Amino acid sequence: MTEQTGTDVLRQRTRVVLAEVARRRAGYDRTRAELAAQTRVGEALVRGLVRAQLALALRLTLVVVIALGGLPLLFTVAPQVGTIKIAGVNLPWLLLGIAAFPFLIAVGWTYVHLAERNEQDFAALVERPER
Amino acid sequence: MNNPFVVPAVVAVTLLTVVIGFYGLRLARSTSDLLVASRMVSPTWNAAAIGGEYLSAASFLGIAGLILRYGVDMLWYPVGFAAGYLALLLFVAAPLRRSGAFTLPDFCEARLGSRRLRRLTTAFVVLIGWLYLVPQLQGAGLTLSTVTGAPYALGALLVGGVVTGNVALGGMRAITLVQAFQYWLKLTALAVPAVFLLLQWQSDGRPAITPEGGARFPAATTVTVEQPATLTLADGSTVRVDPGDTLSFAAGDPVPQVSAAQVKQGADWLLPGDPDDEDSGLFATYSLMLATFLGTMGLPHVLVRFYTNPDGAAARRTTLIVLALVGVFYLLPTLYGVLGRIYTPQLLLTGKTDAVVVLLPEAALGDGLTARLLAALVAAGAFAAFLSTSSGLLTSVAGVISTDVLGRGSVRDFRLAAFLAGVVPVTLALNLANLNVSQVVGLAFAIAASSFCPLLVLGIWWRGLTDVGAAAGILAGGGAAGAAVLLTVLGPPLTGWPAALIAQPAAWTVPLAFTVMVTVSVISRRRIPHDVGTIMLRLHAPDTLRL
Repeated sequence: MTEQTGTDVLRQRTRVVLAEVARRRAGYDRTRAELAAQTRVGEALVRGLVRAQLALALRLTLVVVIALGGLPLLFTVAPQVGTIKIAGVNLPWLLLGIAAFPFLIAVGWTYVHLAERNEQDFAALVERPER
Repeated sequence: MNNPFVVPAVVAVTLLTVVIGFYGLRLARSTSDLLVASRMVSPTWNAAAIGGEYLSAASFLGIAGLILRYGVDMLWYPVGFAAGYLALLLFVAAPLRRSGAFTLPDFCEARLGSRRLRRLTTAFVVLIGWLYLVPQLQGAGLTLSTVTGAPYALGALLVGGVVTGNVALGGMRAITLVQAFQYWLKLTALAVPAVFLLLQWQSDGRPAITPEGGARFPAATTVTVEQPATLTLADGSTVRVDPGDTLSFAAGDPVPQVSAAQVKQGADWLLPGDPDDEDSGLFATYSLMLATFLGTMGLPHVLVRFYTNPDGAAARRTTLIVLALVGVFYLLPTLYGVLGRIYTPQLLLTGKTDAVVVLLPEAALGDGLTARLLAALVAAGAFAAFLSTSSGLLTSVAGVISTDVLGRGSVRDFRLAAFLAGVVPVTLALNLANLNVSQVVGLAFAIAASSFCPLLVLGIWWRGLTDVGAAAGILAGGGAAGAAVLLTVLGPPLTGWPAALIAQPAAWTVPLAFTVMVTVSVISRRRIPHDVGTIMLRLHAPDTLRL
């Protein structure tokens, strides 16, 4: 992985990894240093971010598990649901053949939106730790 | 069938694939050019390419065939194939991209620092890749023999040869352009005929999809018997037929039931399955959901595409676009399966339901120029499906073989690896003509869900994972699912609970893999990599921080 870094461009290309870049950059603030050096404060920050992102993913998984995972059970427990017709089409065909896809896309969109917000919160915390 | 447009359409798609491949060849200079297109692909292009690569023979032909045959329960296949991208988005996409690894074995080594685990995952990448390649080549053989009468082997050899040559010479940069083009081709090839089919259905006075007394032939039809079977006629009497017999039916005759081909009729087809049925009971449905939801993230040709995103946020946006693109596509096969009930009921008799997408345009729209052009378009789309999925699979299998088996991963190694990776599935496809396309694909998903899904999810979200735990989990889950595949393909026919457990293994192999992986990791917690904190930071820290 060869890349040149922002404004403090090195004259010749060198092999770098992300953690080394952080260590090498001059004038970075204390929180960044703590993150990169894996101090207890830094590690607590990363753990918080990982936990927030995982909690978000699990919450949305739960939404999908209840909404889609509940359908086979519903059709078994209440077979009459399958015979409901909307515009001449049986409900299971509409739910699985059409409605499932916009639902999945909506959940995905929500995730991207909220995950990026979590990351912005984390970035704000790192850049201005006093707030 | 004698359609003068089909062969030119198939040849055009194949040639276009080769030409774009050669165009890409001039751009490919180094191994990393070949492997990941130097990470310079925009999210929209990349998403179309992922979609193009993902929509395989199973999506293009198999789903419609399953719906034609078994009805509403099979809708879980398209839903699961799309939902797999949601699971990928929620748990894997951004961190995987930030890990900076090229392939799944690379990820293992970066996260757990073990060469032995790397070799184990290499073996599974090759296994899953080959298992998934065989049905693509079978689909090609089936389609070519259905539309032109050519021998089965020709289609399989044609696709196998073109793809192997193209991957060996052009690699992935070429493939990105090809795949993106092929997504739009596949969507068009199903969407345009679908509009005409719906208009035809409308002008035919909207014939009922599940009429009283079962399906009926829309036109005079002659069926040639290939295997001995017992037919149950509409009046309840049974007839034995032998190979070589021809059966003629007049328009409006009811379609007889065949003993050998399992087909659902009437309310069984229209309504969700009864819980005791081994193919559509609750266990089978949940097992299928688990395999498809969690298997997508473990497919080697899907994963390798994530490294072509510039950063983690782009990987997330790409995945969301892919979810939308495949979601739009999956609205269409259902329509073909349903209309096939009206216009191609003879497939229920012959059992070759995978051919419904290819046969439907001419069956419904007659013999005119429009019908023939549409049939040619569908055949071209089907070939795009075989070519693009096989290319993606072959690229990733060849990628791991060249870097992990042959050695340094030079351009020459990659070409040799592509050749090796192509020969095996072509040989298998030529010898296994009778496997059900969607069933084999489903089993590949089950293996991926029981091996790589736990590895990725735990590797990304849990600090406690160790190399020993990961290896034990992959061997237990992937091994159990693989044994189920072998039993299904080679073993004796089973009945009752064992049949359900073996036919849809994911419901027990995925939890098994997770449990073993966690338990063994906890026992061997001294082996947790000392730099796990740094790795977690790299996987999860926002790209904007440039930590």
